[in-house]
Amino acid sequence: MSHHIIELKDVEYVYPDQTAALNGISCRILHGEAVALVGANGAGKSTLLSHLAGIFVPSKGTIRVGDYPVNKQTLPHVRRSVGMVFQNADDQLFMPTVFDDVAFGPLNLGLPPEEVEKRVMEALEIVGAASLIHRPPYKLSGGQKRAVSIATVLSMLPDVLIMDEPSAGLDPLARRKLINLLKSFKHTRIIATHDLDLALDVCERTIVLAEGKILADGPTVQIFNDESLLAKSSLEKPLRMQGFPT
Amino acid sequence: MNKIEHRWLELRHFDELAAQDSLIHQLHPGVKVVTTLLFIVMVASFSKYELVGLFPMFIYPAFLIGLGNIPVAILLKRVLLTLPFVLFIGIFNPFLDQATYAYIGSFAVSGGLISFISILLRFTLSVSATLLLVATTSMDAIGLALSKLRVPRIIVIQILFMYRYIYVLIEEVMKTIRAHSLRAPYRNGVGFKVWGSLVGLLLLRTLDRAQRIYQAMMCRGFDGQVRIMRSWKIRTGDIAFLVVWTVFFVLVRLVNIPHWLGRMLLGGFS
Amino acid sequence: MHMADALISPAVGSAMWVVTAGLISYSAKKVKKEIDDKKIPLMGVMGAFIFAVQMINFSIPATGSSGHLGGAMILAILLGPYTAFLTMASILTIQALFFADGGLLALGCNIFNLGFFPCFIAYPLLYKKIVGDQITKQRIAIGASLAAVIGLQLGAFGVVVETFLSGISELPFTTFLIVMQSIHLAIGLVEGLVTTAVILFIFKERAEIIQGFPSGKTLGNLSLKPILTIMLVVALVTGGMLSWFASGDPDGLEWSVTKVTGLEELEAPEGIYGVLADLQNKVAIFPDYNFRDTNQAAGEPSSGQEAPAWAAVDSGLSTAGVVGSILTLVVAGGIGKLLQIVHRRHKKFAH
Repeated sequence: MSHHIIELKDVEYVYPDQTAALNGISCRILHGEAVALVGANGAGKSTLLSHLAGIFVPSKGTIRVGDYPVNKQTLPHVRRSVGMVFQNADDQLFMPTVFDDVAFGPLNLGLPPEEVEKRVMEALEIVGAASLIHRPPYKLSGGQKRAVSIATVLSMLPDVLIMDEPSAGLDPLARRKLINLLKSFKHTRIIATHDLDLALDVCERTIVLAEGKILADGPTVQIFNDESLLAKSSLEKPLRMQGFPT
Repeated sequence: MNKIEHRWLELRHFDELAAQDSLIHQLHPGVKVVTTLLFIVMVASFSKYELVGLFPMFIYPAFLIGLGNIPVAILLKRVLLTLPFVLFIGIFNPFLDQATYAYIGSFAVSGGLISFISILLRFTLSVSATLLLVATTSMDAIGLALSKLRVPRIIVIQILFMYRYIYVLIEEVMKTIRAHSLRAPYRNGVGFKVWGSLVGLLLLRTLDRAQRIYQAMMCRGFDGQVRIMRSWKIRTGDIAFLVVWTVFFVLVRLVNIPHWLGRMLLGGFS
Repeated sequence: MHMADALISPAVGSAMWVVTAGLISYSAKKVKKEIDDKKIPLMGVMGAFIFAVQMINFSIPATGSSGHLGGAMILAILLGPYTAFLTMASILTIQALFFADGGLLALGCNIFNLGFFPCFIAYPLLYKKIVGDQITKQRIAIGASLAAVIGLQLGAFGVVVETFLSGISELPFTTFLIVMQSIHLAIGLVEGLVTTAVILFIFKERAEIIQGFPSGKTLGNLSLKPILTIMLVVALVTGGMLSWFASGDPDGLEWSVTKVTGLEELEAPEGIYGVLADLQNKVAIFPDYNFRDTNQAAGEPSSGQEAPAWAAVDSGLSTAGVVGSILTLVVAGGIGKLLQIVHRRHKKFAH
């Protein structure tokens, strides 16, 4: 594994309908770091993630993932090293069975059948969903869907995991399992979330986005203690840090 | 409950039945598809005034029901629900064709009545065979069977994708309809004025969803080919199933077994 | 309305299967050549969408009744005719499998009636001609409604012809035709209204989706020639097959003429013909097209010469037949019950 540094320089993105979504984003994310991306709805979190996965190409500025600048030619390499977990598991799990879904990426990489099978098993074991292997995705619970979604990208052995709202719609137990799982990963993780408690648990670093700009970038604890910053970016201190009498 | 919720539950019920594990479920899906088609063609091939000779065909669905552990009720329900069109077309036969066709004891039976009952029998047989196929075979396995039978790949993939998203979309439609009927409680169905926007909005959401799925596929190296890894070997049992039933169907088609049985029983009189 | 397995003869069913299979593989080739990757998930999800929307009942103004959507025209307008045809084929397949709507033997007929006519006739010849290059609300409204109505009328006509050719229903051709076309005029109007409303909504919200296909894009442009050529070839081949099968029947092709014109008297097969007919009855996979002259059924007493015809068909319907049938049913039920026990035993051993 090379040093998977992710680097964005003055990234701007304008939607086809002329609304500016990203407005000069620059940052550097180091290998193995877990970074939370927080901000109000419409702050540009999902757009930024889409850029990292090579779904969108910046209107201006550059993005580097590892050894490659992200552009049309390098997309296959970028997609191999970046695994993106979409917000809605129903968009991510499109195949007839869990096995097919987890095998989809490895098969596209052109791996031989035995290797595909091995990777599927390993990925499912990691997320604790090995028993679901032959189930069709529409029969899974929300937590199971999320776990399998993560397995679909783990099977490609990515260096970077990108997640959009991973805890949305999960019940408390499933959410707790997810947090523990995310904590156990050694990958570089970039997680867009409204769940600030999750951010606090998993990510040592937090980037606050507002109106397509980086408002703050620093250690998670420090950022969540900055009440004026939180208020400015329509966020709220994590419950755990609100000092309720216990 | 309205129609959509009924159908949704039914679809799920079949899906659950197909997830069972019986000797029938373990058969190769291609063999089951071929046998089902053969059965339906054979049933249809009886002359339109055939009644008695059709009965042995019931042994095939009975076999699948028994060994595949399928409740008869769900089949009967579907048979009854799909009956109206066939009834509508067939009900005229007894009126249009009143010439005496045969005698049972001293009762004269008209040709139209016989062909009408024959239509109902064929209908029951072919509907139950079709439903038994999906009750004992998962959609995913049917996809495998279709590609083995050389159905173009793009159709197989589409059917699999479609079946996958039917669940998501029906739930979405149900939510929308429920929200609509809460605000328009005295209406049967969706009113004229809101057709366009209700279905249109659902359609826009569907198009957006297709876009997101496409992105999710791209992120995992999609290059225009959907690859599915499957191996399902044909075993001797599968071949035996196909051969035995084929022989049986042909036999039943050629020899009027019940007639023969009845004669034996009644000692050759009649 | 779906054709049903019970009303169709194997000859008509398989002929329509062949025609439909030809159209499907032609469309699949076309789509494969011209498709962009994006369409693969789009086709699947749109199929699911139409499937789900078909379950919504739309109330028809001022009638108190309700109808629902077939969807082929919406698909053709949004995806282009080839993709739309494939999508309709998938939808009808799933409906045939899970809801027994139609059935597997009749699937070819149903895909043809509900897919071919709207996608390859009504869409290119009506919708596209009417809408043309200057897309306006009025043109969309007129084009979509007209194409939906005509597409369904053609489909209903297909049902009538297929039912009639199968010879299982006794309904006289013209009566059935008039009933079906008028019922489907009402259904088609609903279809047209819903289609128009939906397409206009999309046109208002995202005009580019509607504009993308009629002009420029290859998938929207449809050349009818290859399709009609395929149809012609397939029709000739199956026509040949059909007449070959029919020639086993003494009256051969005349039966259809008689039925259409209703003029000629049917002559009953006698003597060696009767024996042959009997033999053919036993051997042919496809049923004989025995049918009754409707004039006679209407009241005239059966003429004497008819007796041998009925004797030739061994109906087996007699007291013995009834007894035997009951016995067979009991046996079938017994086998089912027995196997259920076998299944349970098997389970016990398996675990």
